Amino acid sequence: MNEPHVPSCGELFLGFLQIGGLAFGGAVAYARQVLVDSRGWMTERDYAELLGLAQVLPGPNIGNFAVMYGRRCHGLKGSISAVGGFFLLPLFIVLALVLAWQEFGQNPWIDAFMKGVAAAAAGMALGAALKSGFRLKPPPEQIVAILVITALAAWWRVPLGWIILILGPVCVGMALYRARRT
Amino acid sequence: MSPTPLDILLTFSMLSLLAVGGANALSPEMHRILVESRGWLDDATFSQLYALAQAAPGPNILSASVMGMAIGGWGGMALATIGILTPAACLAWTVAGWLESLKGAWWIRPAQAGLVPVALGLMGASGFILGEAAAFFFLAPFITAGSALFIWRSDRSPLYALLGGGLLGLGVFALG
Repeated sequence: MNEPHVPSCGELFLGFLQIGGLAFGGAVAYARQVLVDSRGWMTERDYAELLGLAQVLPGPNIGNFAVMYGRRCHGLKGSISAVGGFFLLPLFIVLALVLAWQEFGQNPWIDAFMKGVAAAAAGMALGAALKSGFRLKPPPEQIVAILVITALAAWWRVPLGWIILILGPVCVGMALYRARRT
Repeated sequence: MSPTPLDILLTFSMLSLLAVGGANALSPEMHRILVESRGWLDDATFSQLYALAQAAPGPNILSASVMGMAIGGWGGMALATIGILTPAACLAWTVAGWLESLKGAWWIRPAQAGLVPVALGLMGASGFILGEAAAFFFLAPFITAGSALFIWRSDRSPLYALLGGGLLGLGVFALG
Protein backbone atom coordinates (compact mmCIF):
# COMPACT_ATOMS: atom_id res chain seq x y z
CA MET A 1 0.00 0.00 0.00
CA ASN A 2 1.46 3.42 -0.90
CA GLU A 3 1.80 6.13 1.75
CA PRO A 4 -1.10 8.58 1.43
CA HIS A 5 -0.29 12.18 0.41
CA VAL A 6 0.18 14.59 3.36
CA PRO A 7 -1.74 17.77 2.48
CA SER A 8 -0.24 21.25 2.97
CA CYS A 9 -1.99 23.81 5.20
CA GLY A 10 -3.61 25.40 2.14
CA GLU A 11 -4.85 22.02 0.91
CA LEU A 12 -6.16 21.22 4.40
CA PHE A 13 -8.06 24.51 4.46
CA LEU A 14 -9.60 23.93 1.02
CA GLY A 15 -10.39 20.26 1.66
CA PHE A 16 -12.22 21.01 4.89
CA LEU A 17 -13.87 24.06 3.29
CA GLN A 18 -15.35 21.63 0.77
CA ILE A 19 -16.45 19.21 3.49
CA GLY A 20 -18.11 21.98 5.52
CA GLY A 21 -19.76 23.72 2.59
CA LEU A 22 -21.32 20.58 1.12
CA ALA A 23 -22.18 18.74 4.29
CA PHE A 24 -25.98 18.76 4.41
CA GLY A 25 -27.29 16.64 7.26
CA GLY A 26 -24.01 16.16 9.12
CA ALA A 27 -20.47 16.07 7.87
CA VAL A 28 -19.46 12.44 8.47
CA ALA A 29 -20.53 11.07 5.08
CA TYR A 30 -18.95 13.97 3.18
CA ALA A 31 -15.70 13.83 5.09
CA ARG A 32 -15.30 10.17 4.08
CA GLN A 33 -16.05 10.96 0.46
CA VAL A 34 -13.60 13.89 0.27
CA LEU A 35 -10.72 12.52 2.38
CA VAL A 36 -10.78 8.87 1.27
CA ASP A 37 -12.43 8.71 -2.17
CA SER A 38 -11.79 11.99 -3.93
CA ARG A 39 -8.53 13.35 -2.41
CA GLY A 40 -6.98 10.10 -1.21
CA TRP A 41 -5.33 11.66 1.87
CA MET A 42 -6.35 8.81 4.13
CA THR A 43 -7.01 5.10 3.80
CA GLU A 44 -10.44 3.69 4.66
CA ARG A 45 -9.02 2.24 7.89
CA ASP A 46 -7.17 5.42 8.91
CA TYR A 47 -10.36 7.40 8.46
CA ALA A 48 -12.55 5.02 10.46
CA GLU A 49 -10.02 4.82 13.31
CA LEU A 50 -9.58 8.57 13.70
CA LEU A 51 -13.33 9.09 13.34
CA GLY A 52 -13.97 6.57 16.12
CA LEU A 53 -11.76 8.62 18.42
CA ALA A 54 -13.38 11.90 17.31
CA GLN A 55 -16.79 10.43 18.14
CA VAL A 56 -15.99 9.34 21.67
CA LEU A 57 -14.69 12.84 22.51
CA PRO A 58 -17.25 15.56 23.23
CA GLY A 59 -17.89 18.17 20.55
CA PRO A 60 -18.70 18.14 16.85
CA ASN A 61 -17.40 14.87 15.36
CA ILE A 62 -15.76 16.28 12.26
CA GLY A 63 -14.64 19.39 14.19
CA ASN A 64 -12.66 17.10 16.53
CA PHE A 65 -11.52 15.12 13.54
CA ALA A 66 -10.23 18.32 11.86
CA VAL A 67 -8.30 19.32 15.01
CA MET A 68 -6.62 15.90 15.28
CA TYR A 69 -5.96 15.32 11.60
CA GLY A 70 -4.65 18.90 11.17
CA ARG A 71 -2.30 18.44 14.12
CA ARG A 72 -1.04 15.17 12.70
CA CYS A 73 -0.22 16.91 9.37
CA HIS A 74 1.21 20.27 10.46
CA GLY A 75 0.80 20.84 14.21
CA LEU A 76 -1.09 23.91 15.40
CA LYS A 77 -1.05 25.55 11.97
CA GLY A 78 -2.58 22.42 10.45
CA SER A 79 -5.31 22.26 13.09
CA ILE A 80 -6.24 25.91 12.62
CA SER A 81 -6.28 25.54 8.81
CA ALA A 82 -8.53 22.48 8.91
CA VAL A 83 -10.91 23.79 11.59
CA GLY A 84 -11.08 27.27 10.03
CA GLY A 85 -11.90 25.81 6.62
CA PHE A 86 -14.48 23.49 8.10
CA PHE A 87 -16.52 26.11 9.97
CA LEU A 88 -16.18 29.13 7.66
CA LEU A 89 -18.89 28.47 5.04
CA PRO A 90 -21.45 26.76 7.32
CA LEU A 91 -21.30 29.67 9.76
CA PHE A 92 -22.10 32.23 7.05
CA ILE A 93 -24.79 30.01 5.49
CA VAL A 94 -26.53 29.36 8.78
CA LEU A 95 -26.54 33.10 9.55
CA ALA A 96 -27.96 33.90 6.13
CA LEU A 97 -30.65 31.27 6.75
CA VAL A 98 -31.61 32.78 10.09
CA LEU A 99 -31.89 36.24 8.53
CA ALA A 100 -33.95 34.80 5.64
CA TRP A 101 -36.14 32.89 8.08
CA GLN A 102 -36.83 36.03 10.09
CA GLU A 103 -37.67 37.82 6.82
CA PHE A 104 -39.72 35.36 4.75
CA GLY A 105 -41.17 32.86 7.22
CA GLN A 106 -42.58 29.75 5.60
CA ASN A 107 -42.80 29.37 1.82
CA PRO A 108 -44.56 26.02 1.12
CA TRP A 109 -42.43 25.22 -1.97
CA ILE A 110 -39.16 25.74 -0.16
CA ASP A 111 -40.54 23.78 2.78
CA ALA A 112 -41.45 20.81 0.50
CA PHE A 113 -38.02 20.85 -1.16
CA MET A 114 -36.21 20.97 2.19
CA LYS A 115 -38.24 18.06 3.55
CA GLY A 116 -37.16 15.93 0.59
CA VAL A 117 -33.54 17.00 1.14
CA ALA A 118 -33.79 16.11 4.83
CA ALA A 119 -35.05 12.60 3.97
CA ALA A 120 -32.20 12.05 1.50
CA ALA A 121 -29.64 13.44 3.98
CA ALA A 122 -30.70 10.81 6.52
CA GLY A 123 -29.97 8.09 3.97
CA MET A 124 -26.45 9.46 3.47
CA ALA A 125 -25.29 8.58 6.98
CA LEU A 126 -26.67 5.06 6.57
CA GLY A 127 -25.10 4.62 3.13
CA ALA A 128 -21.70 5.84 4.35
CA ALA A 129 -21.75 3.36 7.26
CA LEU A 130 -22.64 0.51 4.86
CA LYS A 131 -19.90 1.53 2.43
CA SER A 132 -17.17 1.72 5.10
CA GLY A 133 -18.38 -1.48 6.77
CA PHE A 134 -18.30 -3.55 3.59
CA ARG A 135 -14.87 -2.22 2.55
CA LEU A 136 -13.20 -2.71 5.94
CA LYS A 137 -14.49 -6.30 6.35
CA PRO A 138 -14.34 -6.22 10.18
CA PRO A 139 -13.94 -9.51 12.10
CA PRO A 140 -17.19 -11.21 13.23
CA GLU A 141 -17.19 -9.87 16.81
CA GLN A 142 -16.89 -6.32 15.46
CA ILE A 143 -19.80 -6.87 13.06
CA VAL A 144 -21.91 -7.94 16.04
CA ALA A 145 -20.73 -4.84 17.94
CA ILE A 146 -21.70 -2.55 15.04
CA LEU A 147 -25.21 -4.02 14.88
CA VAL A 148 -25.65 -3.89 18.67
CA ILE A 149 -24.52 -0.26 18.85
CA THR A 150 -26.78 0.74 15.95
CA ALA A 151 -29.76 -0.97 17.59
CA LEU A 152 -29.08 0.49 21.04
CA ALA A 153 -28.73 4.04 19.70
CA ALA A 154 -31.46 4.00 17.04
CA TRP A 155 -34.07 1.58 18.41
CA TRP A 156 -33.81 1.82 22.19
CA ARG A 157 -32.47 5.41 22.17
CA VAL A 158 -29.89 4.62 24.82
CA PRO A 159 -28.03 7.90 25.61
CA LEU A 160 -24.82 8.01 23.62
CA GLY A 161 -22.73 8.71 26.72
CA TRP A 162 -23.67 5.27 28.13
CA ILE A 163 -23.01 3.47 24.86
CA ILE A 164 -19.56 5.03 24.61
CA LEU A 165 -18.65 4.53 28.28
CA ILE A 166 -19.69 0.87 28.34
CA LEU A 167 -19.28 -0.48 24.80
CA GLY A 168 -16.22 1.65 23.92
CA PRO A 169 -13.97 -0.20 26.38
CA VAL A 170 -15.59 -3.55 25.45
CA CYS A 171 -14.78 -2.99 21.76
CA VAL A 172 -11.23 -1.84 22.52
CA GLY A 173 -10.77 -4.87 24.79
CA MET A 174 -11.92 -7.26 22.06
CA ALA A 175 -9.54 -5.64 19.56
CA LEU A 176 -6.60 -5.87 21.99
CA TYR A 177 -7.41 -9.53 22.72
CA ARG A 178 -7.46 -10.34 19.00
CA ALA A 179 -4.17 -8.42 18.44
CA ARG A 180 -2.51 -10.28 21.32
CA ARG A 181 -3.42 -13.68 19.94
CA THR A 182 -2.22 -13.07 16.37
CA MET B 1 -34.57 38.05 31.19
CA SER B 2 -31.36 39.13 29.51
CA PRO B 3 -28.26 37.11 30.33
CA THR B 4 -24.82 38.73 30.66
CA PRO B 5 -22.17 37.94 28.03
CA LEU B 6 -20.29 35.86 30.60
CA ASP B 7 -23.44 33.78 31.28
CA ILE B 8 -23.77 32.98 27.59
CA LEU B 9 -20.09 32.07 27.21
CA LEU B 10 -20.03 29.81 30.28
CA THR B 11 -23.33 28.08 29.48
CA PHE B 12 -22.24 27.12 25.99
CA SER B 13 -18.75 26.13 27.17
CA MET B 14 -20.35 23.69 29.59
CA LEU B 15 -22.59 22.31 26.82
CA SER B 16 -19.48 21.83 24.68
CA LEU B 17 -18.03 19.26 27.07
CA LEU B 18 -21.36 17.42 27.31
CA ALA B 19 -21.67 16.97 23.55
CA VAL B 20 -20.46 13.37 23.38
CA GLY B 21 -21.73 12.01 20.09
CA GLY B 22 -22.11 15.41 18.44
CA ALA B 23 -24.88 17.95 18.21
CA ASN B 24 -27.79 15.58 17.63
CA ALA B 25 -27.03 13.90 20.92
CA LEU B 26 -26.74 17.30 22.60
CA SER B 27 -30.12 18.71 21.58
CA PRO B 28 -32.17 17.35 24.53
CA GLU B 29 -29.63 18.77 27.01
CA MET B 30 -29.50 22.09 25.16
CA HIS B 31 -33.30 22.30 25.33
CA ARG B 32 -33.32 21.49 29.04
CA ILE B 33 -30.81 24.23 29.82
CA LEU B 34 -31.75 27.05 27.43
CA VAL B 35 -35.54 26.67 27.62
CA GLU B 36 -36.43 24.99 30.90
CA SER B 37 -33.66 25.97 33.29
CA ARG B 38 -32.49 29.42 32.09
CA GLY B 39 -35.66 30.49 30.25
CA TRP B 40 -33.65 32.32 27.59
CA LEU B 41 -35.77 30.91 24.70
CA ASP B 42 -39.34 29.64 24.40
CA ASP B 43 -40.23 26.19 23.09
CA ALA B 44 -41.41 27.23 19.62
CA THR B 45 -38.37 29.41 18.92
CA PHE B 46 -36.04 26.63 20.05
CA SER B 47 -37.53 23.98 17.75
CA GLN B 48 -37.74 26.29 14.73
CA LEU B 49 -34.13 27.41 15.13
CA TYR B 50 -33.00 23.82 15.59
CA ALA B 51 -34.72 22.73 12.35
CA LEU B 52 -33.12 25.67 10.56
CA ALA B 53 -29.63 24.70 11.68
CA GLN B 54 -30.31 21.11 10.57
CA ALA B 55 -31.29 22.28 7.08
CA ALA B 56 -28.02 24.20 6.61
CA PRO B 57 -24.90 22.40 5.41
CA GLY B 58 -22.10 21.75 7.83
CA PRO B 59 -21.90 20.63 11.43
CA ASN B 60 -25.20 20.59 13.30
CA ILE B 61 -23.36 22.00 16.32
CA LEU B 62 -23.91 25.42 14.70
CA SER B 63 -27.43 25.22 16.09
CA ALA B 64 -25.65 26.72 19.13
CA SER B 65 -24.63 29.80 17.08
CA VAL B 66 -28.22 30.25 15.95
CA MET B 67 -29.50 29.97 19.54
CA GLY B 68 -26.86 32.48 20.64
CA MET B 69 -28.09 34.92 18.02
CA ALA B 70 -31.69 34.58 19.23
CA ILE B 71 -30.55 35.06 22.85
CA GLY B 72 -28.12 37.95 22.50
CA GLY B 73 -27.91 39.21 18.88
CA TRP B 74 -24.56 39.20 17.06
CA GLY B 75 -22.56 39.30 20.30
CA GLY B 76 -24.55 36.38 21.65
CA MET B 77 -23.86 34.46 18.47
CA ALA B 78 -20.12 35.03 18.70
CA LEU B 79 -19.98 34.03 22.37
CA ALA B 80 -22.11 30.92 21.86
CA THR B 81 -19.99 29.80 18.91
CA ILE B 82 -16.71 30.33 20.76
CA GLY B 83 -18.15 28.66 23.86
CA ILE B 84 -19.46 25.55 22.12
CA LEU B 85 -16.31 25.00 20.01
CA THR B 86 -13.31 25.90 22.17
CA PRO B 87 -13.34 23.43 25.11
CA ALA B 88 -14.01 20.42 22.85
CA ALA B 89 -11.31 21.52 20.39
CA CYS B 90 -8.74 21.89 23.20
CA LEU B 91 -9.55 18.40 24.43
CA ALA B 92 -9.23 16.92 20.92
CA TRP B 93 -5.88 18.74 20.54
CA THR B 94 -4.60 17.25 23.81
CA VAL B 95 -5.71 13.73 22.88
CA ALA B 96 -4.06 14.04 19.46
CA GLY B 97 -0.84 14.93 21.31
CA TRP B 98 -1.06 11.83 23.52
CA LEU B 99 -1.55 9.73 20.41
CA GLU B 100 1.63 11.12 18.88
CA SER B 101 3.70 10.48 21.99
CA LEU B 102 2.32 6.93 22.24
CA LYS B 103 3.09 6.14 18.61
CA GLY B 104 4.85 2.80 18.45
CA ALA B 105 3.24 1.34 21.55
CA TRP B 106 1.99 -2.12 20.49
CA TRP B 107 -1.55 -1.56 21.75
CA ILE B 108 -2.28 1.84 20.22
CA ARG B 109 -3.32 0.70 16.73
CA PRO B 110 -5.47 -2.23 17.86
CA ALA B 111 -7.07 -0.01 20.52
CA GLN B 112 -7.94 2.58 17.89
CA ALA B 113 -9.16 -0.16 15.57
CA GLY B 114 -11.46 -1.21 18.41
CA LEU B 115 -13.26 2.12 18.10
CA VAL B 116 -14.23 1.41 14.47
CA PRO B 117 -17.45 -0.45 15.43
CA VAL B 118 -18.39 2.51 17.65
CA ALA B 119 -17.90 4.92 14.74
CA LEU B 120 -19.82 2.80 12.22
CA GLY B 121 -22.60 1.86 14.66
CA LEU B 122 -23.24 5.48 15.64
CA MET B 123 -23.09 6.58 12.00
CA GLY B 124 -25.70 3.99 11.05
CA ALA B 125 -27.88 4.86 14.03
CA SER B 126 -27.86 8.57 13.20
CA GLY B 127 -29.17 7.59 9.74
CA PHE B 128 -32.15 5.81 11.33
CA ILE B 129 -32.80 8.62 13.83
CA LEU B 130 -32.57 11.38 11.22
CA GLY B 131 -34.68 9.31 8.85
CA GLU B 132 -37.44 8.97 11.42
CA ALA B 133 -37.29 12.71 12.17
CA ALA B 134 -37.48 13.50 8.45
CA ALA B 135 -40.47 11.22 7.71
CA PHE B 136 -42.84 14.13 7.09
CA PHE B 137 -44.67 12.46 4.18
CA PHE B 138 -45.32 8.87 3.01
CA LEU B 139 -42.57 8.86 0.37
CA ALA B 140 -39.86 10.12 2.76
CA PRO B 141 -38.66 6.72 4.08
CA PHE B 142 -38.29 5.55 0.46
CA ILE B 143 -36.20 8.63 -0.35
CA THR B 144 -34.04 7.84 2.69
CA ALA B 145 -33.60 4.20 1.64
CA GLY B 146 -32.91 5.15 -1.98
CA SER B 147 -30.32 7.70 -0.94
CA ALA B 148 -28.60 5.17 1.37
CA LEU B 149 -28.42 2.70 -1.53
CA PHE B 150 -27.03 5.41 -3.84
CA ILE B 151 -24.27 6.40 -1.38
CA TRP B 152 -23.40 2.77 -0.67
CA ARG B 153 -23.30 1.45 -4.22
CA SER B 154 -22.17 4.49 -6.23
CA ASP B 155 -19.10 6.72 -6.07
CA ARG B 156 -20.88 9.78 -7.47
CA SER B 157 -21.21 12.95 -5.41
CA PRO B 158 -23.76 12.73 -2.56
CA LEU B 159 -25.20 16.02 -3.87
CA TYR B 160 -27.12 14.03 -6.53
CA ALA B 161 -28.94 12.14 -3.79
CA LEU B 162 -29.85 15.39 -1.99
CA LEU B 163 -31.01 17.09 -5.18
CA GLY B 164 -33.08 14.04 -6.14
CA GLY B 165 -34.65 13.98 -2.67
CA GLY B 166 -35.49 17.70 -2.87
CA LEU B 167 -37.10 17.31 -6.31
CA LEU B 168 -39.18 14.31 -5.14
CA GLY B 169 -40.28 16.42 -2.16
CA LEU B 170 -41.38 19.19 -4.52
CA GLY B 171 -43.16 16.63 -6.73
CA VAL B 172 -45.12 15.17 -3.81
CA PHE B 173 -46.14 18.70 -2.75
CA ALA B 174 -47.20 19.68 -6.30
CA LEU B 175 -49.28 16.50 -6.80
CA GLY B 176 -50.70 16.15 -3.33
